[in-house]
Amino acid sequence: MYKIANTQLWVHDQDEALKFYTTKLGMEVRSDVTMAEMGNFRWLTVGPVDQPDFAIVLMAIPGAPVMDEQTSDDVRELMAKGFAGTVFLTTDDCRASYESLRARGVEFTEVPEERPYGIDAGFRDPSGNSFRLTQVADFVNA
Amino acid sequence: MPQVPIARHLLRAKDLADARYAESLDVAELAKAAGLSSAHFSRAFRKAFGESPHAYLLTRRLERAAALLRNTDNSVADICVAVGLSSIGSFTTSFRRMFGATPTAYRASFPPAAAFARVPACVVRAYSRPLLRTFREDGTAVASVASAAPTPDPGGRHVQDRQHSALGA
Repeated sequence: MYKIANTQLWVHDQDEALKFYTTKLGMEVRSDVTMAEMGNFRWLTVGPVDQPDFAIVLMAIPGAPVMDEQTSDDVRELMAKGFAGTVFLTTDDCRASYESLRARGVEFTEVPEERPYGIDAGFRDPSGNSFRLTQVADFVNA
Repeated sequence: MPQVPIARHLLRAKDLADARYAESLDVAELAKAAGLSSAHFSRAFRKAFGESPHAYLLTRRLERAAALLRNTDNSVADICVAVGLSSIGSFTTSFRRMFGATPTAYRASFPPAAAFARVPACVVRAYSRPLLRTFREDGTAVASVASAAPTPDPGGRHVQDRQHSALGA
């Protein structure tokens, strides 16, 4: 019927986010286009190398006229508090992915732990968006 | 580059409490993670998250302790240490204030942890099989039983922490 193409995350700073998502998370840039006619709106998307049909839009928090100042501040504040949402990543080997991401400089908030549903770990992007890295137990897939 | 909101630094402290509550973590270390002085940190944390960092860390620990009381048969002293607290007296006091019962009474109000242990059927069958002590070769007619209740490992503790991760928290 349909597929999910992109999903959007607010970020405090697009350059900082771009650096984190590419050099640390190892994602690839799918598009990076700045549109002068739209007040220099920058459409910036990244995605996992092995998953070409899905991307994350790294969206700067807009000001007026898109958002009034109070709303921008509220969004910025909610993200900083860690309540702006979570991206759930899945991996075949949580501990191996954890080691390689850590070696690239990702700071984990939770190290891999056994759960009833598998093994998972947690980290945040520089803006405070939360990520889970989950290896789903085989019996759940079965 | 836009200035990072102070809450982002406070979130580092909150994440640290979530990740390392089992260690002897205190508010001073949380303040350090946020890069703020202790007094300033406590005020800012309360303003951002609606409770003091001390209360956040303590309730995080007590939530874990309650789960361990329900889902394991570890002793109260072991659980106290496992959630990063060192005094059993103050653990019991805080626990009672939060849950309205002592750790022991709280545990007793739930089914025993063994009821939750997902021991495979083959293990249950193997370990609860009565031990037939005689084949009547010595003239005794009574066969004794190894044990009345299935006790897979009398020396060990059955740790079956059924915790569910707080997704995204």
